Amino acid sequence: MNKRHYIRNSSQDLRLFRWFSAKQCALPTPKMTENGLGHREKVLNMNTMNPNVKRVEYAVRGPIVQRAVQIEKELKEGVKKPFSEVIKANIGDAHAMGQKPITFFRQVVALCAYPDLLEDNKFPDDAKNRARRILQSCGGGSLGAYSASTGIEVIRQDVARYIEKRDGGIPSNPDNIYLSTGASDAIVTMLKLLTSGEGKTRSGVMISIPQYPLYSAALAELAAVQISYYLDEDKCWGLDVSELRRAVEAAREHCKPRALCIINPGNPTGQVQSRQCIEDVIRFAAEERLFLMADEVYQDNVYAEGCQFHSFKKVLFEMGPEYSNTVELASFHSTSKCYMGECGFRGGYMEVINMDPQVKLQLTKLVSVRLCPPIPGQVLLDLVVNPPRPDEPSYATFIKERTANLEILAEKAKLTEQIFNTVSGIRCNPVQGAMYTFPRLTLPEKAIAAAKEKGQAPDMFYCMKLLEETGICLVPGSGFGQRDGTHHFRMTILPATEKLKIVLENIRAFHKRFTEEFS
Amino acid sequence: MSFLSVREISPKVRSINPTELEPLVKRAAQIKTELTQGVRKSYKDVIDVCWGDPHRGGVKPLTFVRQVLAACMYPQLIHSDKLPVDVRRRAQRLLDVCDGESVGSYTATAGIPYIRSNLARFISRRDGGVPSSPENIFLSSGSQISLTHVLKLLIHNQASLPIGVLTPMSTYSTFKMAVEGLGGAVIPYYLEEERGWELRVEELRRVLREFKDVCNPVALYVINPGNPTGHVQSRTSIEEVIRFAAEERLFLMADEVYQDSIFGEDTEFVSYKKVLSEMGPPLSHQVELASFHSVSKGFMGECGLRGGYVELVNLDPEVKKYIYNIFLTDSSPAVTGQLALDLMVNPPRPGDPSYPYLNIQYILEVLNNIPGISCQPITGGAFILPRLHLPQGAVRKAEELGMQPDLWYCKLLLEEAGVCVGPGCEYGQKEGTYHIRLRVLTPVDTMEEVLRRLKNFHLNFLKEFS
Repeated sequence: MNKRHYIRNSSQDLRLFRWFSAKQCALPTPKMTENGLGHREKVLNMNTMNPNVKRVEYAVRGPIVQRAVQIEKELKEGVKKPFSEVIKANIGDAHAMGQKPITFFRQVVALCAYPDLLEDNKFPDDAKNRARRILQSCGGGSLGAYSASTGIEVIRQDVARYIEKRDGGIPSNPDNIYLSTGASDAIVTMLKLLTSGEGKTRSGVMISIPQYPLYSAALAELAAVQISYYLDEDKCWGLDVSELRRAVEAAREHCKPRALCIINPGNPTGQVQSRQCIEDVIRFAAEERLFLMADEVYQDNVYAEGCQFHSFKKVLFEMGPEYSNTVELASFHSTSKCYMGECGFRGGYMEVINMDPQVKLQLTKLVSVRLCPPIPGQVLLDLVVNPPRPDEPSYATFIKERTANLEILAEKAKLTEQIFNTVSGIRCNPVQGAMYTFPRLTLPEKAIAAAKEKGQAPDMFYCMKLLEETGICLVPGSGFGQRDGTHHFRMTILPATEKLKIVLENIRAFHKRFTEEFS
Repeated sequence: MSFLSVREISPKVRSINPTELEPLVKRAAQIKTELTQGVRKSYKDVIDVCWGDPHRGGVKPLTFVRQVLAACMYPQLIHSDKLPVDVRRRAQRLLDVCDGESVGSYTATAGIPYIRSNLARFISRRDGGVPSSPENIFLSSGSQISLTHVLKLLIHNQASLPIGVLTPMSTYSTFKMAVEGLGGAVIPYYLEEERGWELRVEELRRVLREFKDVCNPVALYVINPGNPTGHVQSRTSIEEVIRFAAEERLFLMADEVYQDSIFGEDTEFVSYKKVLSEMGPPLSHQVELASFHSVSKGFMGECGLRGGYVELVNLDPEVKKYIYNIFLTDSSPAVTGQLALDLMVNPPRPGDPSYPYLNIQYILEVLNNIPGISCQPITGGAFILPRLHLPQGAVRKAEELGMQPDLWYCKLLLEEAGVCVGPGCEYGQKEGTYHIRLRVLTPVDTMEEVLRRLKNFHLNFLKEFS
């Protein structure tokens, strides 16, 4: 090979050098204002900006969280407060609250990131084998290469096998699996695909009240119609088909209902739907010709006695060919929740069932626009669906960590329900699953009036005051939707047990004070 | 009958023009499988120089980067002495700014504040001191996502005419698809091949005149260095474009992801932001600009980690309040991509610094010496776009088969020589011209082999169709 072809000439080395050395520069330059308030109107101003953007709200990261971040800054700067830290019980992020990652998973992704470690005898053989297998399916054997836009093929095959195993052998075709950047990416993609129209022909999408506000935010951005159906708080957030019927019939007057979204186990409500309920929903979707979107990201988070996760797909197929050949379904899963809590990796997938082949082509085209999901997230997902087997060396540690994580969550779910129900004015349904509690607050009239004066929803007023006085950051129920005249907040059950006890105690004390102050 | 048929899905999605590359890439994968199964061909492997994906083509990742990432993913490595001290220190520093000291946590929607600050410092250094604020920098899982988000702000369907985005005629497909998917209209402007793919303002003016009645032009998208053309704009050219954008009231979107890939002897990359600042008021206060960068190209080539950012300049403060909204539904950008961005802009200790590149002049020489192929000099970017002067017989044959001539050429090149390149029709070109696109950021041996196979194939092709 002819050495003259190497480009290591001086200008190349100079560019490399620049990357390696911090370049100081003291050239005076005219200051460019960042908030350029020129005399003339901006091209992109409030009149020309896409008006749908204004309608997007996402309470989980909304104004209360922004205030919490500010308070953290103030604490760092030494400002005195009645508390020493802000506890962010607003977002379903287990690692942020101290949960440790699953050892095996992190070993394999590290091996994939830096394959020299395959020579290191500190890593178990099963982790190395997984890494080698995955790297073989990556372009150039590197995590840094793009994958196909639907995800690495071998991983999609593993996901299909996992689903088959989970659902008692019901076949799953890897061609129906789309890997995604977290479940949110796949959910938003589906909504983009199936919403259209203007005025009365606008697509309508059914979603529960309360709901995880990704759905309402996405629908607002797409200018689609949100068709709300209420969960029954008095029946442990159960779902009655008659409520679905009421909602869709009313909606038909002003939109074209196209899809039904259901979150099971529920967020923020934590209920785990019964098998009967799932069958009823499927039957309803079939009658009304609605595309079913089943958000099942909490499928391993089931705690309550007598509750069990039933996948929509499994129930669908067990209802026989009249339904299993016709009902169109997309089900979503992710690496962010369950026992692994790997939110930052952005791993996820959806499985589509009975989708029209022409529509599938459009879906495949659509996902290609964002190129591909992050490879480390795809790798992590592969480990979730293909964890250590009982005959493998890492199994013992893996199963211990998995079991511990889920058991601790179950304990905290119970603890939370117990303690909140001792507080007069707070009523908490059992936390059957997921990671949250959504208790109902009884607020004194004077507090509601004070909130109104401030232009705030009463539960926002409550939560803001709680934040300022205790450093505990929750999300007001108004961010998720609730029946008129009711007030809630969503709190995660993720802080470490000892800390959670303190949080619950502080909320109890706060609620007492609050009630007294506004009586 | 389906509940959801094609008729019912979003017309915006339906209107997206699919990429031409799909069938070619599928066939390349098929041939690779056939070769492993022992099927005999006149070549022993398929070489893919089609994508802007250096690792897929055999370029190795930077050791320091991968060591830090591994240590962040599996922090036990920080306490082992198998990794160099500065790697361990960097990994710890990065974990310190992750919630719960884990890369598995969500981050702030716009990205980890520490990393945004580092990006701001990098941008300011790069631009000779022009101030940059972390508040104006938004991270995303790859630059395609932040490009789409900015388009979302600009494109709406409230008016009678679709919103138009001026886009280079020769460009990669996913940007056009993003515009179409939002219901916008692509307004294509030609780059002048005969002048090294130069961007001329006269052409921008012509195109605006032509399209002003059928759409509402709102934005101008430029790629510098160019993809697929490899052209690097001069400072003068950038100034002209900025002036044009100001006159015609266009929002400037500057895709600068190839800014680290410069090879022309006298060529220098200068950012749109720097030029804008140096043009002074009123333009420096007025022209709205979004500039994009990513870890996918340049030295890193880390496409799979999905790390990108956008810096917003001179945006209306009222509008700025809503930028955050657009990024919210992503939750937060992939942490691995964010870490890679930090490593890209923050000088590490020298680890494994160089990639061997095949000398660009040599590649041009070889291509220009093949009869029927001519190639403009390139000064930057990741690709080269040689022109094919196809004999009439070949063009006719392609037309008979109902295919674009250059797509057909690419198919034959793949089947007969095992080389996968992109067809010019995929990126857009002047009517009656044909091109192929090859990635030049490819290891030496591989590139030499590509050129050898291409030359042999082309000579045989000419024999057959002249």
